[in-house]
Amino acid sequence: MDAVFLQILNGLDKGAAYALIALGLTLVFGTLGIVNFAHGALFMLGAFCAVTFNKMLLISTKILDPTVTLFKAYKEKPYLEIWFPDVGPVLVDYSVPLSILLAIPVMLLIGFILERGLIKHFYSRPHADQILVTFGLAIVIQELIKAVFGANPIPQGAPDILAGSAAVGSWIGLGENVVYPWWRLIYLSFSGIIIFGVFAFLQFTTYGMVVRAGMRDRETVGLLGINIQKRFTIVFSLATAVAGLAGVMYTPILPPDYHMGMDFLVLSFVVVVVGGMGSLGGAVLAGFLLGIVQSFASMTEVKAILPGIDQIIIYLVAVIILLVLPRGLMGRAGVMDD
Amino acid sequence: MKIGTMNDLTRFLIFAVVILAMPVWLDPLGGNYPDLLQKFAIYGIFAIGFNILFGLTGYLSFGHAAFLGVGSYAAVWSFKLFTMNAIPALMFGVLFAGALALIIGFLSLRRSGIYFSILTLAFAQMSYNLAYSVLTPITNGETGLQLAQSDPRVIDNMFVEASAGLPSTNLFGLTMSGYPGFYFCAALLILGFFISMRIFRSPFGLMLKGIKSNQNRMMYTGLNTRPYMLTAFVISGMYAGLAGSLLAITDPLAGAERMQWTASGEVVLMTILGGVGTLVGPMIGAGLIKYFENIFSAFNDTVLAEMFSYLPDALVELVVPVVGLFVGSGWHLTLGLLFVVVVIFLPGGIVEGVDKLVKFIRNREKNVGGKVTPQDQPGE
Repeated sequence: MDAVFLQILNGLDKGAAYALIALGLTLVFGTLGIVNFAHGALFMLGAFCAVTFNKMLLISTKILDPTVTLFKAYKEKPYLEIWFPDVGPVLVDYSVPLSILLAIPVMLLIGFILERGLIKHFYSRPHADQILVTFGLAIVIQELIKAVFGANPIPQGAPDILAGSAAVGSWIGLGENVVYPWWRLIYLSFSGIIIFGVFAFLQFTTYGMVVRAGMRDRETVGLLGINIQKRFTIVFSLATAVAGLAGVMYTPILPPDYHMGMDFLVLSFVVVVVGGMGSLGGAVLAGFLLGIVQSFASMTEVKAILPGIDQIIIYLVAVIILLVLPRGLMGRAGVMDD
Repeated sequence: MKIGTMNDLTRFLIFAVVILAMPVWLDPLGGNYPDLLQKFAIYGIFAIGFNILFGLTGYLSFGHAAFLGVGSYAAVWSFKLFTMNAIPALMFGVLFAGALALIIGFLSLRRSGIYFSILTLAFAQMSYNLAYSVLTPITNGETGLQLAQSDPRVIDNMFVEASAGLPSTNLFGLTMSGYPGFYFCAALLILGFFISMRIFRSPFGLMLKGIKSNQNRMMYTGLNTRPYMLTAFVISGMYAGLAGSLLAITDPLAGAERMQWTASGEVVLMTILGGVGTLVGPMIGAGLIKYFENIFSAFNDTVLAEMFSYLPDALVELVVPVVGLFVGSGWHLTLGLLFVVVVIFLPGGIVEGVDKLVKFIRNREKNVGGKVTPQDQPGE
């Protein structure tokens, strides 16, 4: 029972990352009709926003080390700690959550530039062309990051107060030894909030209503005198920001490196397709579903019966779902039916 | 003469001559290493095969590397178990890749568009992950499958005593490395090109083109498109298997990284760069990518500094790191940019670009003397 509970948590956690990326992918597909293979790279860019923010906070100068008395020793000390002795270290400690403040404007801007500069020209091109151009873009982004930050993963710490594990078991009466890392719980709730936020934005605001109407029938919305294109551009930026935030918060779980985007992209695409192209709810549902399925498949008991199942389970589920349900879990008729 | 209207026989002969003469005309370009030449031929086969599927039917498979990998594994096993001769290895490679393509194709072709791409990608990733984990007894996991002194090599050992040291792959005694290896690959490439040309011109090829332009209409005429698609998929998988086994023949080891989806992406890239649906395009794309990979990867900062030494020192310090981003280990950046640029400006690839250029020059020649008045331009 304990193990099962932990695996569900694990799965939700992994699924949260998939769901966030897949949500953005679906949003872009549903609004602009673009199959964006660069979305994983945007996730990675978000993660590197956190790295950059951390580096910015730690810009240092050399000062005399007072603890060494025999000779003149120098040590590096961040300006931040010199200027604000009280707040400085706390800021550094909380650099990951704080970098959200940097990531949101940066990612919105990147999204805007990408859409206006590149994606715009691909609305009427075939899906194959879109896949190819965004695939090329993903390579470019990835290589630029590699050139700037190097090829090695750069670990980012969660704030000290959240470093340990939460006694999840004792909260719900499962025993003391059922524990789970705090930061992963934070990530789970964070993604819950983001997903809820995106849905609320689309469901309960007039702006979102127009966007949804545009997703259904952009021509009619255009005929009603609404500049749907402008709104879709903003939706693209929003999707970029969602991917970026998912990346920022994921850094303490997985040290970011330049190819993390590609690793997640393939899975996220599987998630989107399983959920049904263009269906936001489907993407989220499929994300969590595949996350949970994957974490159960990695249990030792399961692996003993079916060796290697953890490596292929996601793809296997995807294949089965696609062959049984042509449009994925919640796909609507008429979207990508060919 | 325009490439598009050339007689097939002439085209084939030119292709054969150009391929066989590669060591000659690549020499001044710095591309005359047997290893590189072999890669040209092998990836040419891979891309030509991919083009039979993507170019003719429009189905974008993102999992072709799986067949390449299976071809390699099958070839190495043939070396280990039976003989170091290249012919059985080729046959096993093609056979196993074809069998895998039959299974994957049968399932994936139930869907079209992006669903097909994702299904093939999923199958390829499954093969890749399995090769790394459970199938380690067959694939030797991360180390990759290699020859060993203790291999049975049943057929070889019947005729000759095993000598000390690892035997090398051969074609009835002719060692398959260096130039002989290249000519072997080149002969197969020319054969592959010929077959692909015949397919493009056959009723079967026309049927596939019909499916590409409108599958529904083809079905309304009472045609069951599935067997045609499946045949194209299997043929294309067999080409990939052939390329994979050639990789193993020229260098007898096989690793799972050949099956990774980035490898599938690479062949898509080659095809697009050269020109989808054209006969020679994929070969040109494969050649260019492998050539630039080889040339660009060799650059490093010292070489660059020498190249730009005629510039003032201050400028050199500025230029070298910037250019250095695009070459050496960063050559993928160039590749990505190239890819984006080609897809944006030249969706038909290099072949289309050349055709356009030829047309442009011809039109200019025609217009010399004759003035183009604004009225001649078609209205918007």
